[in-house]
Amino acid sequence: MSAPSPTRPRMAEAISDRSTGKSGLSHLPDNVRTMLAHTGLLATSFIMIYPLLWLMASALRVPEAIFVSPGLWPGEHFTLENFTHGWEGLGFVSFSTFFINSFVITGLSVVGNIFSCALAGYAFARLRFPFRRTLFALMMCTIMLPLHALLIPQYILFSTLGWLDTFLPLVVPKFLATEAFFVFLFVQFFRAIPRELSEAARLDGCGHLQIFLRIFVPLSLPAIATTAAFSFIWTWNDFLQPLIYLNSPQNYTVPIGLSLFLDSTAESNFGALFAMSLLSLLPVIGFFLSFQRLLVAGIATTGLK
Amino acid sequence: MPRSTTKSPSRVRFLPLSSRAREGIAGYLFLLPWLIGFICITLGPILASLALSFTNFSGSFARADWVGFDNYVRMFTADRAFWGSLKVTSQYVFISVPILLIFALAVAITLNRGLSMLGIYRTIFYLPSLIGTSVAIAVLWRYVFGEHGLINHVLDVFGIEGFSYIGDPRTALGTIIVLNVWTFGAPMVIFLAGLRQIPTELYEAATIDGARSWQRFWHITLPSLSPLVLFNGVLSMIGGFQAFTQVYVVSDGTGGPAGSTLFYTLLLYQRAFTQLQLGYASAMAWVLLILIAAITVLFFLSARYWVHYGDEQ
Repeated sequence: MSAPSPTRPRMAEAISDRSTGKSGLSHLPDNVRTMLAHTGLLATSFIMIYPLLWLMASALRVPEAIFVSPGLWPGEHFTLENFTHGWEGLGFVSFSTFFINSFVITGLSVVGNIFSCALAGYAFARLRFPFRRTLFALMMCTIMLPLHALLIPQYILFSTLGWLDTFLPLVVPKFLATEAFFVFLFVQFFRAIPRELSEAARLDGCGHLQIFLRIFVPLSLPAIATTAAFSFIWTWNDFLQPLIYLNSPQNYTVPIGLSLFLDSTAESNFGALFAMSLLSLLPVIGFFLSFQRLLVAGIATTGLK
Repeated sequence: MPRSTTKSPSRVRFLPLSSRAREGIAGYLFLLPWLIGFICITLGPILASLALSFTNFSGSFARADWVGFDNYVRMFTADRAFWGSLKVTSQYVFISVPILLIFALAVAITLNRGLSMLGIYRTIFYLPSLIGTSVAIAVLWRYVFGEHGLINHVLDVFGIEGFSYIGDPRTALGTIIVLNVWTFGAPMVIFLAGLRQIPTELYEAATIDGARSWQRFWHITLPSLSPLVLFNGVLSMIGGFQAFTQVYVVSDGTGGPAGSTLFYTLLLYQRAFTQLQLGYASAMAWVLLILIAAITVLFFLSARYWVHYGDEQ
């Protein structure tokens, strides 16, 4: 393959993998077809995961050994120095600061999203009030709204309020249910809760707040967990908004710190850069592995009726 | 509506309101955080950005003038970077999204054969879609597709001479497309859930009628999944137009080499936050909004011809 496109060889492999999974092989016995499917899936998995494994291997090697071979085993080049070097960050601000900032912003965002989106979800799913349909339609429209269409006025608004270089522009909107996807998730979930439950509670003299807190919240733990997990992952990875709103290194989140680290270490300290990239992924990967079943179920329900 | 007749000792009613009215008030109270957010952080800014797009606002209201359609005229007639970024972004979306969906569908169908290790495969395929837009992965991409990167190491083993793929205008966009295809796990999970809902009787009946496997795919699987193809297509398209982090990090915020990765969002960011042409950037934001809305509407209009909902069959 001398094609100029790096995608070519991988594509070709992947496509030939795929054809083993499906049609055209009906004349083969079942166990052979299963074996072919496994072979294809294993090859695809390996290609998918290989860059991540290489990132891990590179973080654990002395920098001189990183760009020598495509192998994954550090062997005699094993070291943990990349992590200690990398953690110092920019010298005057270390990655401790970036991680603390990221955890504060992400933690508050998770709480804010659960609180505001569950409340709005209950109203849309269970209460009748004037203009409910109109407001619901508007809420659904905002799911599709590109962030860039709002970015500049939001920036002007937050700078007028004197919030630049604070966490407020990144956190306050989350307490106001601006991530409408989660509102929709709660609406879907609350609609499935039997009406008899809330009717019975009403007859017992419960108000809506009590019904919400005592019946709906405890019954919607999967929706809460899905919201928590996706809020965490999206906020943790968010780059554009912290880039715009945070100006001083003391306030940077991990992604901003990492991109600055990339600029400052330009071509000199790959090992440290890889080590910090890996660390920045670990919270997301950890969250994903612990909430995996809920995430997969949550994402699946939004796509289905 | 007469006044509420359920008098419970546990609650004191201060206002003689009907239960309907009370529910309405409760509804708005529950909705209050969302309503404030919608008005101040979504609706207000949308309208403000429309107004700003007709001005030459550059950070101070005192010196901003109303310029009518000047920003839009300049964009479409004099701004070559705008057309370049539109072309690059469209190429990115309309090449990577179909490939992404085909991958997602093919892998989902393969996984749906009831294989063992399904959970492990699903984890490996799904994980990249959660980290695909992070800075760390963009950093990794720089060194996977760089001159001395991972790809060229692998090619070395086979004795092939590589070059810097992110440094060459012909291939730089390709590396970002590969990155997007790498995140096919999210639509795949949705397709998998959809496949589970197709009644097996359909397949059994088709097999008895002598349908081959590709016919079963063409006449049962694909029509049944078509609503999800629409759903995933629209979401991936909207996401694609908003891609930013990957190109910002891979090209050091320039959109290079030679503008080959200058995505629309990156140009908008440069115009707004480095050149402070906030009025002009607002006009760009509105063009993006209209573009995404138009393509979404086209998707849904075309759905009449290729999307099958269960009740038609």
